[in-house]
Amino acid sequence: MPEMTLVEAVNLALARAMEDDPDVVVLGEDVGINGGVFRATVGLQTRFGPERVLDTPLAELLISGLCVGMAAQGVKPVGEIQFMGFLYPCIDQLVNHASRFRNRTQGRLTCPMVLRTPHGAGIRAPEHHSESTEAMLAHIPGLRVVIPSSPERAYGLLLAAIRDPDPVVFLEPTRIYRAAKGEVEDNGEALPLDVAFVLREGRDVTLISWGAMLKETMAAADALAADGIAAEVIDLATLKPYDEATVLGSVAKTGRCVIVHEATRTGGFGGEIAALIAERALTSLLAPVARVTGYDTIVPMARLEQHMMPSVDRIVTAARKACQFS
Amino acid sequence: MTDGGLPVIARFEVRHRNYLAPDGSINRPLPAFASDANLITALYRAMLLLRNFDRKAVALQRTGRLGTYAVSLGQEAVSVGIASAMRAEDVLLPSYRDNGALIWRGVKLEEILLFWGGDERGNQFSGPVEDFPFCVPVGSQAPHAAGVAYAFKLRKQPRVAVCMFGDGATSKGDVYEAMNFAGVHKLPVVFVATNNQWAISVPLRLQTGCETLAQKAIAAGFIGEQVDGSDVVAMRAAAEDAIAAAREGQGPRFIEAVTYRLGDHTTSDDALRYRSADEVQARWKEEPIARLRNYLVSQKMWSKAEEERLAAECHERVEAAVERYLATEPRRPEAMFDHLYAELPETYAAQRRQLAGEGDA
Ligand SMILES: Cc1ncc(C[n+]2csc(CCOP(=O)(O)OP(=O)(O)O)c2C)c(N)n1
Repeated sequence: MPEMTLVEAVNLALARAMEDDPDVVVLGEDVGINGGVFRATVGLQTRFGPERVLDTPLAELLISGLCVGMAAQGVKPVGEIQFMGFLYPCIDQLVNHASRFRNRTQGRLTCPMVLRTPHGAGIRAPEHHSESTEAMLAHIPGLRVVIPSSPERAYGLLLAAIRDPDPVVFLEPTRIYRAAKGEVEDNGEALPLDVAFVLREGRDVTLISWGAMLKETMAAADALAADGIAAEVIDLATLKPYDEATVLGSVAKTGRCVIVHEATRTGGFGGEIAALIAERALTSLLAPVARVTGYDTIVPMARLEQHMMPSVDRIVTAARKACQFS
Repeated sequence: MTDGGLPVIARFEVRHRNYLAPDGSINRPLPAFASDANLITALYRAMLLLRNFDRKAVALQRTGRLGTYAVSLGQEAVSVGIASAMRAEDVLLPSYRDNGALIWRGVKLEEILLFWGGDERGNQFSGPVEDFPFCVPVGSQAPHAAGVAYAFKLRKQPRVAVCMFGDGATSKGDVYEAMNFAGVHKLPVVFVATNNQWAISVPLRLQTGCETLAQKAIAAGFIGEQVDGSDVVAMRAAAEDAIAAAREGQGPRFIEAVTYRLGDHTTSDDALRYRSADEVQARWKEEPIARLRNYLVSQKMWSKAEEERLAAECHERVEAAVERYLATEPRRPEAMFDHLYAELPETYAAQRRQLAGEGDA
């Protein structure tokens, strides 16, 4: 199996989906000859032509709205938004149309679209290029929010997203686009959506994260292991709807939980998970649920951004504290 | 050619189309279909049915049996004229004030009542299954129309998307973004702006500095035409031309239908707060139904007896639809989870069971 980067796996999945299904259309700014600013769509236009790999005008609302229209006609659009900071004009279309088309028309029309966008900080990019506002999307009924953390899952989950009969926002962890490498077999097999992946089993504490942050979370689990603490690491992967059973099952086993996300703390998705555990697993808890998150600030520009993101140290400290509680 | 010393590199024009004067007399030679008595009386029938339907809908709202409703009073020629030029396989993307177009396309009156009565089943459309439901967020359907038209082009289907919105909507970026894209790809889409002079209480002159809305198409690279929106002959003719051009691959068109909203914005609005009764009264002289009736009568295509028969017919049709609407079984509360996803994820299925009283999620 060839070793590849996460962004290459995205490209592979797009190519595979387009090969398998003539209805799949890729659209966005610079996705054609340029192959996208991160090269996620490189080579696709040469292979599938400019009608199926479509350079749109510079208009994000349009990209998402076009996807809705195409999807209602049974075309399977995969729109690209260059950075998450430019996704906001699409929110109107996601909230008011894409996510509710099926329900609104009681199944007469559906919206099987995918909107892809890079997610998160840590690439020393300009302002507005480092956002991680996934909680905002996860709040929208009818939507799926998916975020891979490895090349293998990028490939399998993106295929699943494209084949899914409902709208999916697919968040790609920018920081590990090239840093994450792994073996990916181009077998056309999708991974399941709505399912969390247990990356590492352990009995002492549950660490839950998603996207690029799993890099630090896994490193923290290594550090904890050196101390004799066996951490279970869960990659949530689909945030909406999320796999409550895996979360609750793990916490029932370990009694301790640390949630790690790069996004700001207040109203972040960690709060949702903590509330679920408080409601449904309180009696298994041996320590308060902890959150290690970005601070409640605007994502700082390059010189400070790494200080906003959870570090391995912060995760290890929180996990140790949970293990020492009581 | 030069102008003020600088070369003129482009000139544009916007045409205005009208055939029937407000009194029903003819301004210029009519298009061929106007002599087809069946067709032209069908347009008349549809407009009158719509007016009856509107009146009943308002009565239902006033007596607590319908939610907020947007009337078409004064604008009947726009939606009827446009829809009558479409083929069944074309796709309509309507605004919330386009009941006339839906009815023409075969959506049942009781379905429209269900929608305004607060029931998603109203959007199920037993009629044109690919037509879009009413769009409430103003103008946000324009990018959908471009997407639908792109799908037609991709699949080489000779179909046209017809997108309707109000004058207020033309102030939104959505509409411009969609028109711009449609212009780039010469998509088979017709944009129709119903310029009824008002966006709730905001008059056209506060909506745009343009002399016409039609000229907005120029910036997107295609023809924009201004049409007398109270003249159903003009609306139908303009729509026919635009839809035919789009179907033949000539790209998009834009129609500004200039008309007047004689009623309140919706049943929750009181238009007297922002415009005078005199203004509205003066506009009644231009309204589309009397205008067409005068024409038909002058052409001996319509009689008093036919008018009476039609009035009775409309009444019956509307009453029967209202009965079916009122007799529609309510849905169980947990139906709100139906069609949320193709398959309901377990976590929401648990919420559904809770709502159904079948467990405690
Ligand atoms: C995006 C958006 N903003 C505000 C509203 C509230 N609103 C409903 S109708 C309306 C006026 C729309 O005017 P226009 O586009 O001219 O259409 P008309 O109602 O005259 O048919 C407004 C502001 C809305 N529905 N959508």
